[in-house]
Amino acid sequence: MLYREAGQFKATYVEDQQIFPIRQDRIAFAILLAVAFLVVPLVGNQYWLSAILTPFLVASLATIGLNILTGYAGQLSLGTAAFMAVGAFMAYNFELRMPWMPILGSFALAGLCAAAVGMVFGLPSLRIKGFYLAVATLACQFFVLWALQRIGWFTNYSTSGVITAQKIVILGYAVVTPASKYLLTLSVVAVMALLAKNLMRSQTGRAFMAVRDMDVAAEVIGIRMMRTKLLAFAISSFYCGVAGALYAFCYLGTVEPEAFNLDISFRILFMVIVGGVGSILGSFLGAGFITLLPIFLNLVSGWIRHTFGVELDHAMLSNLELIIFGGLIIFFLIVEPLGLARLWQIGKEKLRLWPFPH
Amino acid sequence: MSGRNIGEPILVVEDISLSFGGVRALQNVSFDVREHEIRAIIGPNGAGKSSMLNVVNGVYHPQVGTVTFKGETRHHVDPHHAASQGVARTFQNIALFRGMTVLDNIMTGRNLKMRTNFLQQALWVGAAKREEMAHRRKVEEVIDFLEIQHIRKTPVGRLPYGLQKRVELGRALAAEPELFLLDEPMAGMNTEEKQDMCRFILDVNDQFGTTIVLIEHDMGVVMDLSDRVVVLDYGRKIADGKPDEVRSDQAVIDAYLGVAH
Repeated sequence: MLYREAGQFKATYVEDQQIFPIRQDRIAFAILLAVAFLVVPLVGNQYWLSAILTPFLVASLATIGLNILTGYAGQLSLGTAAFMAVGAFMAYNFELRMPWMPILGSFALAGLCAAAVGMVFGLPSLRIKGFYLAVATLACQFFVLWALQRIGWFTNYSTSGVITAQKIVILGYAVVTPASKYLLTLSVVAVMALLAKNLMRSQTGRAFMAVRDMDVAAEVIGIRMMRTKLLAFAISSFYCGVAGALYAFCYLGTVEPEAFNLDISFRILFMVIVGGVGSILGSFLGAGFITLLPIFLNLVSGWIRHTFGVELDHAMLSNLELIIFGGLIIFFLIVEPLGLARLWQIGKEKLRLWPFPH
Repeated sequence: MSGRNIGEPILVVEDISLSFGGVRALQNVSFDVREHEIRAIIGPNGAGKSSMLNVVNGVYHPQVGTVTFKGETRHHVDPHHAASQGVARTFQNIALFRGMTVLDNIMTGRNLKMRTNFLQQALWVGAAKREEMAHRRKVEEVIDFLEIQHIRKTPVGRLPYGLQKRVELGRALAAEPELFLLDEPMAGMNTEEKQDMCRFILDVNDQFGTTIVLIEHDMGVVMDLSDRVVVLDYGRKIADGKPDEVRSDQAVIDAYLGVAH
């Protein structure tokens, strides 16, 4: 009943093209942001902040990155973790070799390095599509990990091949507590998500979607194929690179190249599929769903143990988790290929009419 | 048709030959299109009509021959260059961006007129926002012209066929083309939809002075709309002239009805 847009008239095109055209959505989103920035750091305990919310935000950012490439521009990629690894290791090197560099500067430069790698491995996309392109990006995944393990410079010749992320200091303030790391991650992710949303509703985003939907027609109306595809790879990899840097500095702390293996690439791809292909909101929903699912299953098993006194052993639990996970992916592919974002949209459309049937 | 001043040739194709392996799609085809005129290309299936349009805007590259548009002669036309010179087209099988709304589809038609870079667009301030709104206004004019206001926020994949054809026309119109290539704009439409489409084509030609090259199978439409007609058969030009002349041409009648060998 409360969710109505009756009486909200759009008098200008600016109003018509806002991100949240409905007033109730704007209010709800402002409340969500306020809770995320003000309430959560105060009430969240260490476990929730550093083990769940921070990695969830990092995963959301990487998912936005992959969604720009795969969801919007239609180029399938399995190299997400590689671009994240480039971001993580280059941020470490920028901090190591240029200690005067502000940490956010290092993150941005690391993102640019990832963008450069992304463009190089995006070159095959000019000739090949779909599964074949996925295989080409798979090469990127293996090559980058190989380079990070074999070339000592990247890990500062550490014998174990493991790096320890430097302490984060912003304007003299040391970011060490889980709450402050969470806030840093949240700020970066919020700003970058907004930029991505703006970009996707502008000409660049439309060019990406045009290339995805019908490349011949896109070319005929004057969209440059090479520029658009490489730009998609660059922007996507930039997002993944910054996500990787945040992953290393705000979550893991000590990082080995294997932390960015193919599993992570697939996980991010699942987040895109479950959340919603071609949706920024969906990137958050997908990342949230897949990060929270294991915790939810854990709670359920605890509840089963508590009420029925049945002991579920750990091996079985983790297998069960994989089974449910796989089942859900298949479920989504069949029932709602556009993911949670689409379900959310359908829910809102229903809500606008509720409680009336029409 | 009296308001238009048909001018000098704006497009001249000379001696075009195009083959795919052993298949000769076009052989030594030459014709011209004058400014502000409606020029039809007709012919039986497989005559090379669509190939001809693809040569004009650079999707196919002919082995022999040149395309002269606005005084600039080229052997190898690049699609992006053709678009930036003011050539727009629609496709025989609808080539819309199915996942995007009608509004976004038509907005893509204006991509060559947008000047801001992606960083400005990401910030959505100043120039980028102003540009987006200015182009939105132009696109709304196209939407009004084509009478599709009610579906502007609908994804095109959900629209019926006739409306999709109209949106595709809109996307090409949004580019404000000087030369408009229409590949069977009325295929698969009912009489009413055909009438609407004819009206739009005539209005575009009349109000904006756009030169139109049209491929169409409906002879009634071709005879009514076009100023001059080119007839292709098996990749060769067999007739060229005013609709009445072409209609009574023996070679054309033979091509359509077949001849006894």
